Amino acid sequence: MSQPLIDLNDLTFAWPGQPALLDIPRFHLERGEALFLKGPSGSGKTTLLGLLGGVNRAQQGSIRLLGQDLAALGQGARDRFRVDHTGYIFQQFNLLPFLSVRENVELPCRFSRSRAQRASQRFGSVERAAATLLAHLGLADETLLARRADSLSIGQQQRVAAARALIGQPELVIADEPTSALDADTRESFIRLLFAECREAGASLLFVSHDQSLAPLFDRHLSLLDLNRASKPQEA
Amino acid sequence: MHLLRIALASLANRRFTALLTAFAIALSVCLLLAVERVRTEARASFASTISGTDLIVGARSGSVNLLLYSVFRIGNATNNIRWDSFQHYANDPRVKWAIPISLGDSHRGYRVMGTSTAYFDHYQYGHRQNLQLAQGRAFADDPFEVVLGAEVAEALHYTLGDHLVLAHGIAAVSLVKHDDKPFTVVGVLKRTGTPVDRTLHISLAGMEAIHIDWHNGVPARGAGRISAEQARGMDLQPAAITAFMLGLNNKIATFSVQREINEFRNEPLLAILPGVALQELWSLMSTAEQALFVVSLFVVLTGLIGMLTAILTSLNERRREMAILRSVGARPWHIGGLLVLEAAALAAAGIIAGLALLYAGIALAQGYVQANYGLYLPLAWPSAHEWSLLGLIFVAALLMGSVPAWRAYRQSLADGLSIHL
Repeated sequence: MSQPLIDLNDLTFAWPGQPALLDIPRFHLERGEALFLKGPSGSGKTTLLGLLGGVNRAQQGSIRLLGQDLAALGQGARDRFRVDHTGYIFQQFNLLPFLSVRENVELPCRFSRSRAQRASQRFGSVERAAATLLAHLGLADETLLARRADSLSIGQQQRVAAARALIGQPELVIADEPTSALDADTRESFIRLLFAECREAGASLLFVSHDQSLAPLFDRHLSLLDLNRASKPQEA
Repeated sequence: MHLLRIALASLANRRFTALLTAFAIALSVCLLLAVERVRTEARASFASTISGTDLIVGARSGSVNLLLYSVFRIGNATNNIRWDSFQHYANDPRVKWAIPISLGDSHRGYRVMGTSTAYFDHYQYGHRQNLQLAQGRAFADDPFEVVLGAEVAEALHYTLGDHLVLAHGIAAVSLVKHDDKPFTVVGVLKRTGTPVDRTLHISLAGMEAIHIDWHNGVPARGAGRISAEQARGMDLQPAAITAFMLGLNNKIATFSVQREINEFRNEPLLAILPGVALQELWSLMSTAEQALFVVSLFVVLTGLIGMLTAILTSLNERRREMAILRSVGARPWHIGGLLVLEAAALAAAGIIAGLALLYAGIALAQGYVQANYGLYLPLAWPSAHEWSLLGLIFVAALLMGSVPAWRAYRQSLADGLSIHL
């Protein structure tokens, strides 16, 4: 029961025809934990997230998510497993601009039955879940829900993206530089909102950023450069 | 389903390109259906131009030529045939009825045909339908009476009792007119959808009367002229006619009578079976007709390739859209399906708009086409054949849509969740 949410052991990965990009002896994320992972660009950050999302496959080592070995699943099953258990927030332009705010938030529930079920169980319906989450994230205005996603400010868009990542209570939220397009003030309040919502939903947060100044806000912080043995020789 | 909603919203986001693409498909669909409809109707009206006639006889030339001038009022006879040749066969015991035809004059672009009242009794078109009078009566004893085809009366606004002057020759603008001998409209025929509608019918006596004072193809001058009154009192038996049609008592005799006429010793004659000659003529035209069909098929293909290009070009700038969809749980086949749905939506919009264009076009042009080309284009639901063509276009669009779908599928597998700016 107390096994970690992410349990990654002796992982190596290289793109075809290139030297090893990732060589990580061990990396883990506990349930309910908020972890800051510092990763400058080019450190293999995107690749690591791809591996955790089951999009890429490790050559060696194992990745266990919720105790499930990702390598043991086929492509389709990994896709399904990812949606059921992971919410994503990206740097910028996270939303489908041509859908409404509400439709954007509801998207994961359209592709994952278990997230739709959990959203309805907790809030009564998927629509209610979307509205409630948005309200918690400071977007309470009902008229806003029907507006096109690209009519919102960047800060609002990132909060919509957060609501989308959290809907249907995935166990893990992966945030990839979600604050880089925000200014300093909004940045911190966004992270605090994200924390509060993750805690309420019982989700772990894996927050990847190159901005060291945010690290003290988190339970624990790590640097991908320390973690990844493959990056050491390049640094020297 | 939700995927369709996303596909439509994404298309709406690119509505200008999407509308142009759908419009290109619509135009090509409209063209194909229009060609198809004209083809079908032309073939049908062509085949129903004449029926019930067993043999058409004229001076020896080609069978298609004879058919063209005697039935379709196109082109000219190379030579006339003698009246006594007509008499010889009209009185043959195997012959049930005979219709003499005398051509060569016109009235404001419409051909004039000299004939006998047998024409109104025995000439048949379509499914063995007889000619019917809409107004008035057939021409009688007075040589200067004319019975109009429906279209002539309608286009030139003639009613019963009107007087009109025939022109010599068949040019649309004729310099030599028979203006000394005007004709009176005594009857108007019902519409048949055949060349009969575009013909003025006069008696053989009338045809003879207007040419009675002509010598060597020019009208007489001064004292040589003969007035209409004088002509009425003269013998108006023609010496020659252009052609004649025969109906036989026994169809089995058709071939033997035909051979006999073709071997007639007094004069070189040609007898043709209308059905066979129609076939021959249609096979001449069907090449052009099929070429038209093939061309319009290629236009449809061009429209679909336009769609393929539009979707393929959009793929690159939509990698972000795909990555976002992947991150919220869309599997690669969803991405592929999205693009097939997009192609389906474009094709469906194109087909529906194409049908709308076609019907609007038919509604607008129906009268004009009927008046000018004698083709009746019905405002009917698409036939089974047309539905199958539309279905084929739709399936082709889906097949084409599977090309970008496959690319997007591969692309989204390779890109995963990483977003390219």
